[in-house]
Parts: sequence; C-alpha cells; structure tokens
Amino acid sequence: MKVLLFILKKEFRQIRRNKSILLMMFMMPVVQLIILPLAMDFDVKSVNLVVVDNDHSSTSQKLISAVVSSGYFVMKGEPASYKEALGYIEEGSADIILEIPPSFDKMLVRESRQPVAIYADAINGTKAAIGSSYLTGIIKSYNNDLNIHRHGIQPSIGNIDITYTNWFNPLGIYKYNVVPAVLVLLLTLIGGYITALNIVREKEIGTIEQINVTPVKKWQFIIGKLTPFWIIGMTVFSIGLLVSALVYGITPKGSLGILYAFAMVYLVAIMGFGLLISTYSDNQVQAMFVAFFFMMIFMLMSGFFTSTDSMPGWAKVISELTPVTHFIKTDRMIILKASEWKDVQKEFLYLVGFAVFLNGWAIWNYRKTS
Amino acid sequence: MKQLLVFIRKEFYHVFRDRRTLLIMFGLPVVQIILFGFALSSEVRNIHLAISGNTDDAGSRQIVSKIRSSPYFIVSEKTIGYGEIEASFRKGDLKAVLVFPNGFSNDLQHAGSATVQIITDGSDPNIAKTVINYLTSILTAWQSENSGPAAGYRIIPEVRMLYNEEGNGSLNFIPGVMALILMIVCTALTSVSVVREKELGTMEVLLVSPFKPIWVLVAKAVPYLLLSLVNFAVILFTASYILNVAIKGSIPLLFFTTTLFIITCLSLGLLISNATSSQQTALLLSLMVMMLPTIIFTGFMMPLENMPLPFQWISNVIPSRWYYLIIKSVMLKGLGIAHIWKEILVLSGMTVLLLSVALRKFKTTL
Repeated sequence: MKVLLFILKKEFRQIRRNKSILLMMFMMPVVQLIILPLAMDFDVKSVNLVVVDNDHSSTSQKLISAVVSSGYFVMKGEPASYKEALGYIEEGSADIILEIPPSFDKMLVRESRQPVAIYADAINGTKAAIGSSYLTGIIKSYNNDLNIHRHGIQPSIGNIDITYTNWFNPLGIYKYNVVPAVLVLLLTLIGGYITALNIVREKEIGTIEQINVTPVKKWQFIIGKLTPFWIIGMTVFSIGLLVSALVYGITPKGSLGILYAFAMVYLVAIMGFGLLISTYSDNQVQAMFVAFFFMMIFMLMSGFFTSTDSMPGWAKVISELTPVTHFIKTDRMIILKASEWKDVQKEFLYLVGFAVFLNGWAIWNYRKTS
Repeated sequence: MKQLLVFIRKEFYHVFRDRRTLLIMFGLPVVQIILFGFALSSEVRNIHLAISGNTDDAGSRQIVSKIRSSPYFIVSEKTIGYGEIEASFRKGDLKAVLVFPNGFSNDLQHAGSATVQIITDGSDPNIAKTVINYLTSILTAWQSENSGPAAGYRIIPEVRMLYNEEGNGSLNFIPGVMALILMIVCTALTSVSVVREKELGTMEVLLVSPFKPIWVLVAKAVPYLLLSLVNFAVILFTASYILNVAIKGSIPLLFFTTTLFIITCLSLGLLISNATSSQQTALLLSLMVMMLPTIIFTGFMMPLENMPLPFQWISNVIPSRWYYLIIKSVMLKGLGIAHIWKEILVLSGMTVLLLSVALRKFKTTL
C-alpha cells in the first residue's frame, strides 16, 4: 500500500509539471462542448430549387407559385432549358430541378394525364429524399385543387391529418443529442489517448527499466499509472456536466448516481484500452498513430454522428464491440430520458466486461522484463 | 541534382525501414475507407416502430402492411398500449409509435378526415424527423392510391436521382473520408519526420552539410508525396472495386488535384514541424488538434450551411474542405476543370502561403 502511495505521488508530480497536458485536459471539455453542439445541426433547412417551365401556361405558372408559396424551397432561378438547370446543380447552387414539359396544359386537357420531371442531386441523399418528397406532395395537392376547380371532383376519401410529437425533445433540437455524446468523447480522448502515451513515454525515455528493477509489482505500477488519470478524467467529466448545465441547460433527468457509476467503469475500460496500446508500442509515435486509428473508428462508428441501427449487420457488430457505443447510448438514455437501472443494467454489464477484459489483457501483456 | 537524389534516397530508406509506420500509412486509409464507406450513411434504416390503437379496419390494416414492406422499418408484431410507450422509449426498444384512432376508415370515408398521430423518441432528433418524413410519405401515397375514380386530371411526378440512381446513402461520405484521411495522414507523417531529425540531433548534421537547407525539406517531402499518391491510387481502387463507386470524371484530373492537395498538406506538416520541437507535440497538433476541426469543417459529416457564420468562415481555411468539393465534382459528378478551377486556385494559394511561412520559419531556427 505504501509503495502504491509513493508511485501515485510520483505520477501526480509528473502530471503537474507537464503544463501543456494539463491545459489540454481542461481546455478540451470547454472547447468541445462549445464547438460541437454549435456545429452539429442536421436539419434540412432550405432546399434550393430551379424550375424549367417549358409550357408557360397559366396552369404551369400556378403550379410553380404553389411550390414557391409552400415555403420549403428557395427559388434559385428559372433557367430556360434542362441543360442550363443542370449547370446550377453542377456548381452546387441548386439541389433540385422541377421541369414542366412543353404544352403541359394542352396535353393535360387532351389526355388528362401529364408527367412532370423532378431531378434531385442525390449525392446528398437526405436532401434529395426530403426535397423530392415535399415536391411530390405539393404537386399532388395542387392536382387535387385543380380537379376540384375544373371538374368539381372531390377525392373519394377524406384527408389523413398527421400530427406528431417528439417526446423528450419536443422541438427536435440537435444539441440535446450531441451534448451527452460529447461528454463520452471527452472521457474517451482523455482516458484512451493520454494513457496510451504515458507508459510508452517511460519506455522511450528508458525510465521504465529503472522501475522494472525495483521491487514495485506489476499491478502496483499500473494502478499507480492509471489512478491519477482516472481522477482527472472524472474531474473533466464533472466539469463537462457543469458546462452543459450552465451553457445549454441540459441536466441529467435520470439518476446522477447511475450516470457516475457508468462513467467510472467506462473510464476504467477505456484506460485499459490505452494501456493495451502502450504495451504493444515501442514509441510514442506508434502509440499515437494506433490510438488515432481506433479513436477515428470509435468516433465515427459509435452512433455519435449516424445511427448504429442503420448500419449493415457486420458494421453493427464492430460498433457493438467498442465500449464507446454502449456508453454513448446509455449516457443519452440517462441524461435525456431518465432511464432507470433496469433499463440500462445490461449495458452496465457490457462495460464491466470491457473493463475486465481490456485491463486484464494489458496487464498480461505488460512484462517487467524486456 | 545528384545530391538531391541521394537525399531523397536516404529519406526513402527511413520510411521503408520503419515497417509499422509504413503499415499505418497504407493500412489505415484503406481499412478506414472500407469501414466508413460501408458503415456510414446518411440514410436511416431499421427503425423500430410499433403500432398503437385500432388496427381492425381495412384502412389501417392496409397502411400497416405497407409500412411493414418498407425497408426502413422494423415493425413490432404486437400493438402497444398508449401507456407502455414511454417505458419502451426509456428502454430504447422503440424509436417511434404510430397511433390510429378508433374508426379510422369510417372517419376517412364519412367524416371527411381522420387523424393519425406519430410519437417519436426525440432524444435522437435525426431519427425522429426521418421517421415523420417516411411515415408521412407512406400515408400520403396510400391516400392518393385510394382516393377513388381515375376521372379528372392526373399530374404524375417522375423523380430521378441524379449522380446516384441506386440510392447509395454513403456516397456523400466517401470523398469526405478520403479528404479527411489523406489530410491527416500526410500532415502527421511529414511533421514527424522533420521533428524526429531535430529531436535526434541529426538535423544539425544535415544543416551544416553543403546541401542547401531548402533541399533538405524538399527531400523530406518527396517520398511522402510519392507514397501518398500510391496511397491515393489504392484508395481509388478500393472505392471503385470494393465500394462500387463509379468514378465518373477524368482520372488524370483526379491525380493532378490530389497531388496539389497532398502538397498543401505536406506544407502544413512542414510548418507544424518547424514550429514544434518534439515528436509528441507535433503529433498531438497534427492528429489530435486537427482531427475534430477536419471532421467538422470538411462538410461531409455535418452540413456547413447550418453552422453559425463564424464557423462557415473558419471552414474556408481548411484545405480538406476544398479538396472534398473537388473530389465530389470530379469523381461523383464527372465534371471537368472548368467547374473546379476556383477550388484549385484556393488550394494553390494555401500551398504557397504555407510553404513560404514554413520556409521562413525553417531558416530562422538555424
């Protein structure tokens, strides 16, 4: 026990001396919590539209004004031909083209059916899908109005009124979804990255040999290494919670106790991961690259940005195999939905499993003899 | 000239001897392109949905079976009571519930309208909004199919998806991930290679040699430029043969613009290496500090147009943003140089600026 205390003292001293790391550790939560929620807004606010009217009849003009007055679209122009309209799409200033065929009105009267063409820039799939479905809806309701006016034909069934409510977040604001995930990101960066670098540094400088020849035991050394960062990590997590309460007014709706229990175990798991990287690397550069590789995967596949349910099966398996996914999920559940222990206990067991497995592997792989 | 070749050869030795870094350089981009190319998608699928309320009449039964056949939803077998909804949202089992009123069909036929309600778990707004969109279009499609006689006019909208007929939801992400990875890997590797010489003290040796300092930097950059181009070829191959992305534009143009972009990143790497004195700080800067801004401001993950104005200004100084636009135009849309000259000009300007600052800094540290 006494040995452990001495190691802890040494570690704390080392951390305190490294001003840049300390600064990074405390600046990161503030900066990320401010920037990410501001940057992440996936609403499709405006779809830019160009209309090619080859008909120039009053019917086509009325259709266009129905589209414009719907308020969903920003009119970017009325080019004379499809080719010209495509130019707008190519340079990215329009997302969707509506093309009305020549003699649209005349043919509509003669054949009572006429196509109109919608072309969407589908590289951005979301915008294309939403834009074209709005446009189709507007055209259909214009079609109904036209029938009522000209033929007095009422649709045979009534209208389906669709109402909707978003529970837990009535206005559908993205920051509620982002802020809890940023808290997890913070723990991950601090726990994973800085732990990965720390032991490798001793290896690189050669001081690890000095520790190896002392009677300090493997577990004492590792606990001594991890404890200070664990404490720092939990402090950063608390600062993060405070910032999200003060800046965004997001306070955990669920139990703070459960939230902290998750954070504590998660931090141990992710530190075990950092430790594992450091036992396999020879120098800091390698450790950083490997850690970076996994951090990217953690960030992009954990459900932070895109839903994990939408992934193909094998990708979902990979995402389930990272502790990050589980904590992001439960963190959002506890903070936003007041989920209780019985809702999240399975995820807790996963995290405990990760913590034991990763740390066990790291300790097994760390050898005092080189 | 001969001297330069000797130096370049020396740098190649450095690179090839460090097997692990080499593995990182080629393995990391390919693995990530494949992984993200398949896994990331703007499309929301497999949404767990339950039906609540009356599903006994013909109308609601038809609608439910229409929803069941949609690839986007996984519909629970059993209907759910209104009171159970909150608990299953809490548990995370369900993302949305569609509530039918009693006598849905009857209302629709005789009362002129009927109300259905969509309840979503708003803790993920993206899914919630997508659910509402999907369900609305299924409901309106059902309604127009059933609104009776074929008399009157029918305007038929014919929708065509340009550049992406098969509806590949990750198409947006592939050029983005390419830009992101190339930028970070190139910058990080260059910055480390210069700082390593500084850290080991061998830089002094190089500088006192009769070789011009500027050529030292050039010699450092050349191997990474060539390797990155090989890397890009591998990525392009992966994208077209494994991810099935049709490369529509001219390949020479892609290589030309990529060379330009790599040089921009190498200059940034040189600048970082000149400004720092240890490999750790250089990497911390080029990997950790740069990772988030690059992900955010390249514009493939989050829509730039929704960001606050200052963020949109910042995005203009991120090289990968311009490269992303180029790759998107050339690779996916098949456009020529006439459409991307502006982006090329911006990247060239950045390169000149970064290089001149890096060179000036380099001289003063002597």
